[in-house]
Parts: sequence; C-alpha cells; structure tokens
Amino acid sequence: MSVLSVRNLDLKIGRIPILEDVDLTLDAGHILGIVGESGSGKSMTALAIMQLLPRAARWTGTIEVAGNDVGAMSERALCTMRGRDVSMIFQEPMTALNPVHTIGDQVAEVVRIHGEAGRRHAHARAIEVLGRVGLPPDRVAPDRYPHELSGGQRQRVAIAMAIALRPKLLIADEPTTALDVTTQAQILDLLRKLVREDGMGMMFITHDLAVVAGLADEVAVMKKGRVVETGPTRQLFRQMRHPYTRALFTASAHVPERQPRIETAATPVLEVRDVVRDYPRPRKNLFQAQAPFRAVDHVSLTVRAGENVGLVGESGCGKSTLARAILALEAVQAGEIHLNGKAFSSAGAGPDIRQRAAAQVVFQDPYGSFNPRHRVRRLVSEPFFLMPESPQDADRERRIGKALEDVGLTAGDADKYIHEFSGGQRQRIAIARALIIEPSLIVLDEAVSALDVSIRAQILDLLAGLSDRLGLSYLFISHDLTVVRAITDRVLVMQAGRIVEDGSTEDIFHNPRHPYTRSLLAATPSLAAALDEPSGETVET
Amino acid sequence: MTLYLLRRLLSLSLTLLAASIVVFLVTEIIPGDPAAFMMGINADPAAIAALRSELGLDQPVAFRYLNWIVGMLQGDFGQSYTYRVPVSELVGDRIAVSLPLTLYALALSTLIAFPAGVFAASRRNAPGDIAIMGVTQLGVAVPNFWFAMLLVLLFAITLQWFSAGGFPGWDAGVLVALKSLTLPAIALALPQASILARVMRSSLLDTLDEDFVRTARAKGLSRSQALWGHALRNALIPVLTIVGLQFSFLLAGGIIIENVFYLPGLGRLVFQAISQRDLIVVRSVIILLVFAVVAVTFLVDIAYAIADPRLRRQRR
Repeated sequence: MSVLSVRNLDLKIGRIPILEDVDLTLDAGHILGIVGESGSGKSMTALAIMQLLPRAARWTGTIEVAGNDVGAMSERALCTMRGRDVSMIFQEPMTALNPVHTIGDQVAEVVRIHGEAGRRHAHARAIEVLGRVGLPPDRVAPDRYPHELSGGQRQRVAIAMAIALRPKLLIADEPTTALDVTTQAQILDLLRKLVREDGMGMMFITHDLAVVAGLADEVAVMKKGRVVETGPTRQLFRQMRHPYTRALFTASAHVPERQPRIETAATPVLEVRDVVRDYPRPRKNLFQAQAPFRAVDHVSLTVRAGENVGLVGESGCGKSTLARAILALEAVQAGEIHLNGKAFSSAGAGPDIRQRAAAQVVFQDPYGSFNPRHRVRRLVSEPFFLMPESPQDADRERRIGKALEDVGLTAGDADKYIHEFSGGQRQRIAIARALIIEPSLIVLDEAVSALDVSIRAQILDLLAGLSDRLGLSYLFISHDLTVVRAITDRVLVMQAGRIVEDGSTEDIFHNPRHPYTRSLLAATPSLAAALDEPSGETVET
Repeated sequence: MTLYLLRRLLSLSLTLLAASIVVFLVTEIIPGDPAAFMMGINADPAAIAALRSELGLDQPVAFRYLNWIVGMLQGDFGQSYTYRVPVSELVGDRIAVSLPLTLYALALSTLIAFPAGVFAASRRNAPGDIAIMGVTQLGVAVPNFWFAMLLVLLFAITLQWFSAGGFPGWDAGVLVALKSLTLPAIALALPQASILARVMRSSLLDTLDEDFVRTARAKGLSRSQALWGHALRNALIPVLTIVGLQFSFLLAGGIIIENVFYLPGLGRLVFQAISQRDLIVVRSVIILLVFAVVAVTFLVDIAYAIADPRLRRQRR
C-alpha cells in the first residue's frame, strides 16, 4: 500500500518557482531516499507534504498521505494528521527541542494533543517510547532538559516524538548531517529498525550519497526543483542514466590530482610542542573552583613544507581548539608553537605578531566569516597589515587581482560586496584572503564541510593545485574522512584532547591501529561498500 | 538554583555597598554648605559653625559614612536639615504614594502590553499587527505629561469622573486613594506599555521562527497551541528584563506626572531636597532607590531561573 503519493507538484514562493512537476511514491515498510544539492527543493517537498510551508508559498498538484488528499484538508484536519499519520525529524537536534520543557513532557505532548491518553498515561507512554529509541529512564531520566543531552541523544528524543503514535509516514530531513559519524551510524541503525518494526514508510532526505546508498530502497535525485531520476537504489547507482546523477556521484568520490613535494630535510613549517589548553569550568561550590576542562592535552605535531596534514576526530575532541591555539587566537597553558623554526607563541608569552603572516586560516562558514559592509578588495587585502611594509597603490591592486585570479575569480570582483557571491565563491574569497600574504601554512577548519559536493570537488581541486604550485602546507581539519583521505598526505586522529594515531593517509585508512580510528572508519558510510554488498540488507519488494 | 541565587545575591550586595559609597561621596562634594543654606545669606559665621557641629558636619568623612550606614541599618535615616523631622518619616509618607503608584502603573502597563504584544505577533504584518505597531509608536512618542493633561481635561474636567489631582491619603479609604492614583497611573503606563508591547512582539516573533516551534507544529499542534505552549515562555526573558527596568524608572521617574497631578511622591521630595541642599534626604532617597533597583533585579533573576531551566540546572 502506498503511504505517500505526490503527483505533478508545482510550488512557487511569490513568483519564484521552487518545485516543478514533482512525482514521488512510497510504499509502507520502504525507505525512499531523496538526494540533491542545496536549493534543489528536497526540504520544500517535505514541508509541502507536512503542509508547513512558508506563507507566501502556493502549490498545485496532488499530495496523498495514507490515501488522504492533503490539499482538500482543513487546517484542523491537518493538525490531526501531523504527528499521527505523518511526522518529521529535522536536521538540527540542538535547536529542534524546546529548551524550557523536559524531554518526557515533549514526547508526552504528542500523545496528549492527539487525545490518545490523559496526562499520566501520556507520560508512561513517553517513557516507553524513549526506551524504544535507546533512552531508557534509568540511563536518561525523562525529567531532563534538552541542554543536558548530547546531540545524538537529542536526535533520539526528536525521533521518539516522531514515532510515538506509530505514524504511517516518517519524513527525516538530513537527520544525521549535524552528527558525528559514529552517532550517525547509530541513528541510521535505529531508523532502519523502527521502519522494519512498525512497517512505516520513511522519506529520507540527504545530500550524502553514501548514506542514502546504504539505507534506501528507492532513490529520487532532485535538481533545481525537479526529480531528474528515480528508481531502486542499487539499479539507479549502477546505471546512473541521468548526467546529473553521474555528476553527483563523481563529485562525491572526487580525489584531486596532486604532486606533493614534501621537503623532509628542511625546517618544519609548523611545530607544536606539548601544548595544553584548559578551560575553566563553572563553580559547583561558591568557595572552591573546579578542576579545569582540558580541551587539548599535551599535543605535539609537525607539519613539513609542502605537506598536507589532516586532523580528524569527533565534535568536542579538541580539533578546533587546537587550531585556534596554533594560530595563537587563544593562549595556551603549556607548550610552545614554532613557525618556520621561529618561536611563535608559548605558555605565558603572547604571539610574535611579525610571524602571524606565516600562518593563515579558512573557516567553515562562508556566510558568517566576512564583514558584509566591506568590498572584496578590503576583505582580501586586510592581512596586508601583518607585513612590515604593506604594498601600496598599483602593487597592492596587482596583488589583490592576482590573489583573486589564483582562486578562480577575476580582478574585477574586488569591487563587489560579499553578498553578491555564492557559498562556493565566498570560500574561494576566504582562500584568497589567506593566500594574499603568501603564508607557508593555511589552517583549513572544516573549510569544505558546508559546501555541496560539486562545489566541494572544485574547491578541493583548487586547494590541491595551490599547494602543488606554491609549495603550501595545509592543516586540514575535518570530521569528514572521505575528504581528508582525498587531500592529505598524513593524518592525525584526535580523541578527547589527545592525538591517538599519526600516520600516512594510506596507512591510516588501510591499516588503522588505534581502536578509536577503527571505529571511526567503520562508522563512515561508503558508497562503494553499500553498492557492492549482497542484497540481504535491503527490504525486498 | 540555590548557588545561582546565592551568587546573584552576593553580587547585588556588593553593588549596594559600592553605590552607598558613591552616593555618600557625591553628596559630600556637591558645592553648597547645608548649614549656610539653612541659616540664610547674612548669617553669622559663628552661628553657622554651631549648626554645623549640631548637624555633625564637622566630623571626619569616614566617621560620618559609618554613622550613616549603621544608622540606616537600624532604620534611622537621620534628621532632615530643612524640615527638621526624621528622614524616615518624610520618606515613608512619600513611599506610601510612590510605591502603590508605581505598582499600579506597572500592572496596567503589563496588562496592556502582554495581550497587545502576543496579538500583534500572532498576526504578523496583518492589519491588527500594523494597527498595534502604529498605536505603540504613538505611545512612545507622545510626552506623558501632555497625555496626562489630556486625561485631566477629558476625565476630570469634562466628564468629572476623577479628581484633577491631589492625594487624599490612604486613611480616606483604599478605593478613594486608588481612584485618585488612576489617572497618573494611566499617564505613566502608556509609554511603558508601548515599549513593552513592542519588546514582547519582537521577542515572540524571533521565538516563533525557532526550530522547536516548527517541531511543535510537526507534532500536530495548531499555530496558537505552538505559540502559547512553546514560544511564549521562551520569549519572556527580554520582557522580564524590561519590566524590571521599568519598575526602577517609574519609582522615582514619575516626578513630572507627580507635579501635573499634585501628588506628594518621592520624585518631588528629591527635587525639593536637592534645591534646598537637604543632602541627608537626597542621600537617603537615592540609597533607597538603589536598594529598590537591586531588590527588583534579584526578583527578575529569580524569574529568569523559573522561566529558563538552563540557568537552574547548568551546574549539576
């Protein structure tokens, strides 16, 4: 029986067409994966099914959930449908729960507002459902508040709310994108198990082909508001009839060509010696301070000239703190940092400003890391103040133009404002800003994580080319092991503030020694592995 | 929670101590000798000196500060230089007017602002919202003394429902006294309600855009259930802050309204005391106001902790 049928769905917001002629069907007990890049209309399709569209949205076509025509339903009937027949999980577990209500109350509310049980029984049901998603009351008490839970636990609470009334259709919109790989693997297992047990249909939205390949029975590929290809997962990925599907596939497995020239004999570009970074913890007792939280615990590492070093680990392991310590954006409590053999900063001694030019940084968020009121010329040329004699007039213009051309833009772009650029172009500008004073090291802190796969492939090519041509070194921080494997020569694995494994990229990926590295690799979804597997995992039609 | 409140209490006590020192020093360095002022322009220097020693003005500064603090802790605020009555009596009479007036105005302001803000937010950019935004814009812009005069013209002179001013005292009966405070309270409340309604609206609109409100809607809550059940409590923090600030402002900031309605309130007392160099009264009233602000801040802190569990359990 089909739990979802979407036919000829057209959707406009104001005059802008968002969806055109979208057709989807999903049977009970099946998982439909929706893949596509940002702006392809994946989430808007989900919101149309839920009828939680923005006010200016107008749509035509037919949407049937469990045989009921959504377009013909009153708002009251829709409220009855939401949460009972169809429910939804969102991407951001950190903000999806109400911070002022306990998790038990939030799950019980679903049961209560649909008139399934009174207050007390609803609470008992909530405890039962929380147990089902792996939050039994003896481990995670239902009177806890969301801020006391980890991201993965919060996503479990969101799942509990969604499945409390055993809906026929569950829509999951990038539910694991904000989670670490090991947590992601657990949540995917849980969802798979719930679909099997309850016989519900699940629509799983993601940008990650590897996740969808390992999970979905059928896949629909969306591009610019249209479904360009749809079919059984394995068949679709084997044949890839539509060029866009092929392009997505190629981009997500993209490995840039590199000819690294690592100078092993020369002075290392970066030397970190026994660095400690502590954060004070809030007092529990008025008169006695708590022992500080050690975010970086006696870390030493070296990056040589021309070398790309990856730093991987789960969120909260101290990667970004270490990056800020290396850049001397934060003081360290012990240890020292040397750039090109010269002392840059150490415990008690502030950074040597003259050396800051040697290490530059590119951050994750291409939208938040620029001042929107300055032109690109000023944004890109700002690091000049780090130079003893900053270039003037014609020389300055020439260098700005060159930096922009180096990253694939034009010198004329210097006159524009940052809002005139797309996310990928902004990240290019961020790289230009880092390049302009010719540093020897660029720290890339999740620099490609917010980008779509095709843009990510372009930026990786750009980075690889720059490194080969200019002999640059990168410290490439990421939670995405596929990307790290593609661009680095050596990998450092970080866990709870310590570096637990250090080896060449090939070694680490083929022959991981530390159990933590092994668990990380095992949890990483792999497109090739998912497609090669015998068909026992997927539900047969 | 206890630790959070203890810490707040400690920091507020320190604020109070610092404020008392500042207030004392400032009133010390204000030009003008109270004794000379009291004796008139042509007074005999010997008589002024005698008065100074009678008032204790010839003693060391630190000694006078300690005297003042110890006295206040015992409820003795000293003698007014000009009125020659205990300051506590003087201030007590005025607080009996100002405090009820403040609470009255604050209650009115909250009662108007809360529904208006919620209504406007639930009808974002619809005619109801635009109308409320227009009215509150006007409410912020109109000077309250002018509005007070309009109230007097309409309700006291034309309709004769209320008296035009004066305060009969609480002995005349609670209802009579409250009635005489009604027009001033409305005049004070109008701009405050306008500000508060706008804060309420924008805070609620921000909260309605949050992910967890969308989650609530996906669970099957209607728009208004999501607003009342999920958005409102999260939107309260900035509103509580403004309510706390308004209390402190209204307590002594009502001087113009007190003048329009001939009310014997704290604002007028401070004003008169300053012009007569009655420093002991000025000092005492200001320290009382500081105390009131600190106490209200503490109450607002408690309200924060009730509204937001993250403050309560952070340190568990």
